[in-house]
Amino acid sequence: MAALAALLSPTAPSGASATQPLSPTSIFAPVSTPADSIFELSLFVLAVTAAIFVTVFGLLLYAVVRFRRKTNDDGTEPPQVYGSYEVELAWTIIPVLIVVALFLATARMIASTQHPAKPRNALDVVVIGHQYWWEYRYPAFDVVTANELHVPVSDAADPAPTFLTLLSADTDHSFWVPRLAGKTDLIPNHPNSMWIDPHETGLYLGQCAQYCGTQHAKMLLRVYVDSREDFDRWIEAQRRPAQADGAVARGRDVFETTACVNCHAVAGTAAGGRFGPDLTHFMSRDTIAAGAAANTPENLRLWIRNPDTLKPGSLMPAMNLSDADVNAVADYLESLR
Amino acid sequence: MYGLIAAEAAIFTIFVVAYLFYVGKSLVGPLPNEVLHAPVFLTICLLSSSLTIHRAVAALRRARMRTFELWWAFTIALGAVFLGGTAREWHHLIYDQGLTVRTNLFGTSYYSLVGLHAFHVTVGLLGLLTVLLLGLGGRVGQEHTERLDVLSLYWHFVDAVWIVVFTVVYVIGR
Amino acid sequence: MTTASIPWMQSDVARRPLVERLHDWVTTVDHKRLGILYVVYALVLLVVAGIEAAIMRIQLMAPHNDFVSPQVFNRMFTMHGTTMIFFVAMPLVFGFANYLVPLMIGARDMAFPRLNAFSFWLTAFGGVLLHFSFLGGSGLYGAGTAPDVGWFAYAPLTAKTFSPGHSTDYWTLALLVSGFGSIGTAINILTTILCLRCPGMTLGRMPLFAWLSLTMAGLVILAVSPLSAAQMMLLVDRYLGGHFFDTQAGGSAVIWMHFFWVFGHPEVYVLVIPAFAVVSEIIPVFSRKPIFGYPVMVAATVCIGFISMSVWAHHMFTVGMSPAANGFFVLSTMAIAVPTGIKIFNWLATMWGGTIQFRTPMLFCTGFLFQFLIGGLTGVMLACAPFDWQLGGSYFLVAHFHYVIVGAILFALFGGFYYWFPKVSGRMCSETLGKLHFWLFLIGFHLTFDCMHVPGILGMPRRIYTYEPGRGWDAWNLWVTIGVVFQGLGTLVFVGNLVWSYFEGDRAGSDPWDAWTLEWSTESPPPVYNFAALPVVRSRRPLWDLKHPEDPDWKYEQ
Repeated sequence: MAALAALLSPTAPSGASATQPLSPTSIFAPVSTPADSIFELSLFVLAVTAAIFVTVFGLLLYAVVRFRRKTNDDGTEPPQVYGSYEVELAWTIIPVLIVVALFLATARMIASTQHPAKPRNALDVVVIGHQYWWEYRYPAFDVVTANELHVPVSDAADPAPTFLTLLSADTDHSFWVPRLAGKTDLIPNHPNSMWIDPHETGLYLGQCAQYCGTQHAKMLLRVYVDSREDFDRWIEAQRRPAQADGAVARGRDVFETTACVNCHAVAGTAAGGRFGPDLTHFMSRDTIAAGAAANTPENLRLWIRNPDTLKPGSLMPAMNLSDADVNAVADYLESLR
Repeated sequence: MYGLIAAEAAIFTIFVVAYLFYVGKSLVGPLPNEVLHAPVFLTICLLSSSLTIHRAVAALRRARMRTFELWWAFTIALGAVFLGGTAREWHHLIYDQGLTVRTNLFGTSYYSLVGLHAFHVTVGLLGLLTVLLLGLGGRVGQEHTERLDVLSLYWHFVDAVWIVVFTVVYVIGR
Repeated sequence: MTTASIPWMQSDVARRPLVERLHDWVTTVDHKRLGILYVVYALVLLVVAGIEAAIMRIQLMAPHNDFVSPQVFNRMFTMHGTTMIFFVAMPLVFGFANYLVPLMIGARDMAFPRLNAFSFWLTAFGGVLLHFSFLGGSGLYGAGTAPDVGWFAYAPLTAKTFSPGHSTDYWTLALLVSGFGSIGTAINILTTILCLRCPGMTLGRMPLFAWLSLTMAGLVILAVSPLSAAQMMLLVDRYLGGHFFDTQAGGSAVIWMHFFWVFGHPEVYVLVIPAFAVVSEIIPVFSRKPIFGYPVMVAATVCIGFISMSVWAHHMFTVGMSPAANGFFVLSTMAIAVPTGIKIFNWLATMWGGTIQFRTPMLFCTGFLFQFLIGGLTGVMLACAPFDWQLGGSYFLVAHFHYVIVGAILFALFGGFYYWFPKVSGRMCSETLGKLHFWLFLIGFHLTFDCMHVPGILGMPRRIYTYEPGRGWDAWNLWVTIGVVFQGLGTLVFVGNLVWSYFEGDRAGSDPWDAWTLEWSTESPPPVYNFAALPVVRSRRPLWDLKHPEDPDWKYEQ
């Protein structure tokens, strides 16, 4: 099992991790606390269970081979043994000791993960799960965005972890980016919290891990761990209201006079819907439809024309716009940088 | 029967837990302390019916049929009074206070818990009534003591549950 | 002790017209016939739920596959899970217990034969109701829909807002109805074992199968009742407009999880304890030794029963419980590994020093031992809460519980099929086909469920109808699907073997395995009344005493 762990994670937790892991979502390639402390604990648990496995498996195998009936068996019954309390006691006490050891290791980890002290530099983000997309709010900066979470990288000398408050607007969801942290559920009427302290920049993937309805599968998570400067620049850009661009006035007009505005908000305009993702800086995102497709002009038009083609069961309705209107709206959205 | 009672007890436990969990969690009124009044008289009725059914079965064991029937009928009367009282209370809550299952969490959990208990009282009453009719027809004799013991066990259980329900709904819940 | 056969009764039954014979089956209150009905019913639904699983696996064979729509996929996993647990596994263990418990304790029938029949038909009706949802889920207006809320149907997905139509109503009603059936059967088993044992059969001399069935019945009573209560609340919500699980009116989603898992985890033991029971009968007979440490086995089982009532929230490590609660459930969950380990060691010690005959029943039990060991160890990993934050809700978890349910429970029950088939039908199963079934199923099982652990470790959550390429999941998922083919073939061989052996198998005689418990003392198949004269026993292995009068068991037992 430990060998398996090594196989699945070429990037050791402490070593330089320039090599890409086998999978962008492997739990054995952590780049953040608490994922890396979970990884360490899991190595301990794997070692213990592997030892038990080898011992018992070996004994079973030996019994199966050694005590099978031989071809020259004379049919007499073997000695009838009814039991032995001494032996029973031995194989009761040893497992008890193992359980105690495992429990203590686990309890320490639970205590250190669930109530950490919050450093001065910590960033607060409110995560709201919606049927098939993620809403992110940065209360300190008055920024609202969707589906792509940006957080700063944290430095061991001056830690800047991100604390997530997890809420749900409808059904249960679960926030799981394996390389950053374990999962925590988003449950309506039941605010939860978790934290991450990433020590490497990069894009980390994950997805909703609690069945939430038809399109549970395409409720993908993208967390961008930026350098401090990149993150500050990104926040600055997000704080600005939408750009007004005269060239796409027709698209904006269509957008604001159809049902789009019932669900979507574009800061600084009449669009103030809260049911769907905020589109103020739509073009700052790499993907659309909660990570289901790349943010390309073709995908965007496909999506506006009929969301079901990209994500059947998504709650965005097909708007039945004419081709010209689809293009105009897409042009407008593409101006929202 | 003990098996059935264990199962029933588990079901009631879950409803009681739900009730306690939702105490004070209602978003809109009416709230329990505004509308609930402890039905002390009804409680006395129901609890004393445990005593009467015990006397009835004891009489049957000694083959005193008249005494048995008398106590048995008395038990039914007490149960019926209790059920009627519950009905009156519900009528008051629904028509005067406007509290229904839909109103709030209190309504949902109150009607479910008390209703579940009332349902058990009803089932018990039907059983008791059947025995009474058979008894009046002369079909119940000393040899049925064991079966009626089982029925009376059920009745005791229903009474015991009421003590819990009463405590939860009218004492703790307010 | 053995009874004389009464041939005219059997031949008379055989000559009557088909309709009358079917009528006999429908109206039967005989525990043996009801046992067979349970098992046959479960086998039919095993195939149905297996097909549902196969549909899911074809869909997941490759990333971005579109064999079925997300809606259909979601219905498939809901129906697969619900059917397998409530309408395959439960009826199977009830069927075995129904058939065997009275025979093993020397009784002529269950304590309440009519309740027994009623319970079976409730369970059967529940399964029919659930599958009728394919037709009636949204009324008769449009195409029907089966429930798509997952087998544990987390609130508020089951609220009217998120689940309009009737599909969820079918789910909850089916479980409520079959739940009452289960409670009835459990009460019946409990009463039978406590009240109807034959002379000399003290509790300490019962076969382990009876002890484990007793524990199972107790657990059913304490576990299924909370589920029924929760279903009633859900019905109040859906039909009367209540707010128990309506999060928009202040209701709680978490309390449904608690209610469900208060049922859900003991349920695992409801299923696995009968598997233990089967193994505890088969291993001694084919090792030619008595079970090692009988009193300890009984104690460990009862201990598992009690602890299993206090571990439920290990299914909820990710819902944000307090550290203290998490710690408690870590400890109780790991604690249950101790009595379970004791059982494994006792089976091992029973084999140790014996002369093991690897007939088909023993092969399956050996498979059980190895696979249960692995399923238990992955369970310990998941019990470790922080590890569960990563692994819970992933394909690793799916692999873990299938290791327990298929690798352990189903393997043990397959062993039970081969072991008791001669008793039930009077014919031996084909050893060749039996071994073919074993190896096909073993290969298929390991391909499917060994490979399934890996995508979980690589971050693949359960219940997704498709997944993104480039995450390292593709090849593993393909292997998982290939394994399904072998399991399907194995199941076909199994069913073929049962049918063929029923008509063409060798005559079994009353005691083909040279076994020691009372069911082998009556003829095969047993007559309606089981035993012409009630047997009298002096030890745990009455037939050993009979076969070895010079060295009887009652001289030695602990």
